[in-house]
Amino acid sequence: MSDRPRGLAFTALAAFFALYVLFLYGPTLTILALSFQGPQGGLTFPMNGVSTHWFGKLWAGGGIVDIWAAFGRSLRLSFVVMVLTVVLAFFAGLAFRKGFRGANALFAIAVASLIVPSIVVSLGIGLEFRLVDDAINALAAATGWGWLQDHGTAMGLYSSALGAHLTWTLPFGLLIMFAVFNRFDPAYEEAARDLGATGAQTLRHVVVPILAPALVGVALFGFTLSFDELARTSQAIGGRNSLPLELQGLTTTVTTPEIYALGSLTTAVSALVIGTALAASLLLQRRRARRSLAGA
Amino acid sequence: MSDVALPALADAPAKTEQTETPARPRRRLPYLQAAPMALVFVVFLAIPLLLTLMVSFWEYNEYEIIPAFTLQNYRDVFEGCGNLADPCTTVRTYLSTLKFCALTLAFTLMVGFPVAYFLAFHVRSRAVQMALFLLCTIPFWTSNVIRMISWIPLLGRNGLVNDTLRSLGVIERPIEGLLYSDFSVTLAFVHLYTVFMIVPIFNSMARIDRSLIEAAYDAGATGWQTLWSVVVPLCKPGIAIGTIFVLTLVMGDFVTVGVMGGQQIASVGKVIQVQMSYLQFPAAAANAVVLLAAVLMMILGLTRVIDLRKEL
Repeated sequence: MSDRPRGLAFTALAAFFALYVLFLYGPTLTILALSFQGPQGGLTFPMNGVSTHWFGKLWAGGGIVDIWAAFGRSLRLSFVVMVLTVVLAFFAGLAFRKGFRGANALFAIAVASLIVPSIVVSLGIGLEFRLVDDAINALAAATGWGWLQDHGTAMGLYSSALGAHLTWTLPFGLLIMFAVFNRFDPAYEEAARDLGATGAQTLRHVVVPILAPALVGVALFGFTLSFDELARTSQAIGGRNSLPLELQGLTTTVTTPEIYALGSLTTAVSALVIGTALAASLLLQRRRARRSLAGA
Repeated sequence: MSDVALPALADAPAKTEQTETPARPRRRLPYLQAAPMALVFVVFLAIPLLLTLMVSFWEYNEYEIIPAFTLQNYRDVFEGCGNLADPCTTVRTYLSTLKFCALTLAFTLMVGFPVAYFLAFHVRSRAVQMALFLLCTIPFWTSNVIRMISWIPLLGRNGLVNDTLRSLGVIERPIEGLLYSDFSVTLAFVHLYTVFMIVPIFNSMARIDRSLIEAAYDAGATGWQTLWSVVVPLCKPGIAIGTIFVLTLVMGDFVTVGVMGGQQIASVGKVIQVQMSYLQFPAAAANAVVLLAAVLMMILGLTRVIDLRKEL
């Protein structure tokens, strides 16, 4: 097929693809433009002058809920989720390579985690933590232990919300690790072992460096999936909202381009993280290529 | 549930068979390595789902949930559903959600298949293929809510679409139903979820042995015949996986329907969310159990039509 001349089909499909990309990016570019709307401008075109007025307003923080606090919470949570996703998925990937009883069950539950609708997962985790709270309060009432008396809730950013995010990021992480280990040549490990390296040394000096670009990829997935996660967090967040939840609330209350400015900003953060990660991954690959050249 | 997940297993268990016989302490290592992930799934998926099932049979009042067995929550869900002429709220909500499922599936497939086909068969350089593929997945990395509100300046009453049509003289008064309607909800679904269709279909297409297509041409098949009798059947697993993704995303959705429907359109996910906010946990749990059962039945039905295990 590849040596056939490009015909009408190619042109038509290429045009279709271009239209799809336009459909994909058009709206986002629109709000990027509109977030620079002039101070008198509204939610739609025409642009009423060009200014950074709405970014300034966003920066000042007045008017809408404390968006920067939510931003910080989301950023920190996503970072924790990212680290845990990389570590847990990496070690689980290693375990699957060696094989263990219950491997099929673990894989099944990971896939199930993707398939169960997010609202159901979220509700379940919310219920779980409420029942735990009830149990603790009952215990406090029954025993009269002082340190239990002012128990508020076990729900929170780093308990229930963290768990909710992991049910979403870990399956993706695991699937990526499968793909990665499928292409990983065990000869490297055998060579390390033959040279007298212990298991830990082999991991530290051979496996991790070789897989570094892929691990960066898992981190990238973990961070962005978590940073934008909304449905699973919704019932499992406790008192303080994450950024996507605040954003969802704002869609009904804010009627100025400020919300576009916020949208542009969060998109920029995602782009920045992805850009950095991709650059790091490329750098790692280059360095490895150079080293292996130098070694040869 | 394990039955649902099995189709995709083909990749994983191949490794399980490896017969390495290391020293005894090393045999415990895989269990230690897999334990943290297993723990997360047990604590944050398995137990919550079991608790949901349990609480769905509990009683509740305005103040608290009461651990006493009742079927009332399920009776409430299906109250008055025997009447086909005048369907109850639950049936109407499910019909509305199913309608969005069908529309979203149809459009994501109609858009996703040609895009995947173009990437897999018409782009010859591997680097360009990867670049274009990335181009399709980058928007997936920004917030869904942002991607939804970005339709407002286009579809609003004085939005770009209405303004353009008016200045062209096609319409005199702005079209009202562009935003906050079934149309905008479907549009947002297609916008958000087409990538979930493209990736698995592309993956299936990339695995197709190119000599099969050559053989079809050599045997005198036309382009369309090759597409329909060779490519499409071999893409079935990809289409099925994409369909499962889209189904579960749309069936449980409450955010897109909320934001793009102007909080006016019902969906199963939204019913659960509202009941949670009124602290009617057992009622919400019963609805969640029914939703989960519906989704699993759809997926099982799908795996009956297409045997994923065999296809992979």
